[in-house]
Amino acid sequence: MEPLNSGLYLLVAAALFSIGLAIVLLKRHAIVVLMGIELMLNAVNLNLVAFSQYDPDRLQGQMMTLFVMVVAAAEAAIALAIILQVYRHFRTVQLDEISEMRK
Amino acid sequence: MVQLAFYLFAALTLGGALAVLLTRNVMYAAFFLLLTLLGVAALFVLASADFLAVAQIIIYVGGVLVLVIFGVMLTHKPKQLTEQQPNVARPNVISTQHRSWLGALIVAGSLFAVFYNILTQAHFVLFDRTATYQTSVDTIGKQLMTEYLIPFEIAGVLLLAALVGAAYLSSQKSTTD
Repeated sequence: MEPLNSGLYLLVAAALFSIGLAIVLLKRHAIVVLMGIELMLNAVNLNLVAFSQYDPDRLQGQMMTLFVMVVAAAEAAIALAIILQVYRHFRTVQLDEISEMRK
Repeated sequence: MVQLAFYLFAALTLGGALAVLLTRNVMYAAFFLLLTLLGVAALFVLASADFLAVAQIIIYVGGVLVLVIFGVMLTHKPKQLTEQQPNVARPNVISTQHRSWLGALIVAGSLFAVFYNILTQAHFVLFDRTATYQTSVDTIGKQLMTEYLIPFEIAGVLLLAALVGAAYLSSQKSTTD
């Protein structure tokens, strides 16, 4: 197999990160914002994996990616639980309509 | 051949992400996210990270995305059929509102411009080595039991705490305050 140009990985990851940031800034639905955060985490993982293929003995990038995945899964579970409670309290998950600590 | 596959999966990934950005329907966004995560898994394979590709599919597609879709469906009330609008066209559609496009596009676009400038000018010494295509499962297993043993254990405790915390937070409490 001819080697890939790894700079392309970094460009794809940069584009994915920017799109994720745009989703976080643009959307008002709390779960879609969460999806944007997942996209940004995936972009970071792509960077780590792209560098890690030149380090086959220790694979530090891939290990880091594994732990990022674990933390992302925990974060998604907790965030969705919080969003569920917010929905039970306010009956909406559009973030701009939630502006009070208590109602 | 590998180049072609790379461009195909990169287009799949970025196209899915753009579709998440553009669509207003939250369910469509969840399924486009599925497309993006699968594309990232394919890019992992092309970067000789086979274990991580499988882990990506199991954790993200099998776990996180199912959780997200559950969340979308649980936090939605169908539109009430009112007197003014006796039959809403699609009462069950779950849509998101948008903020102004201007701010988001300026921030994200300028960030991408900065990244693009840096990455096209940078020269990474690591990329001068030759990449080896070999399975990474053996090395990851050895690393998890030697160099990364303590982070591995901490990740286990973190997952347990997240499990208990999520179950507690989402439980129906009798709020008599």
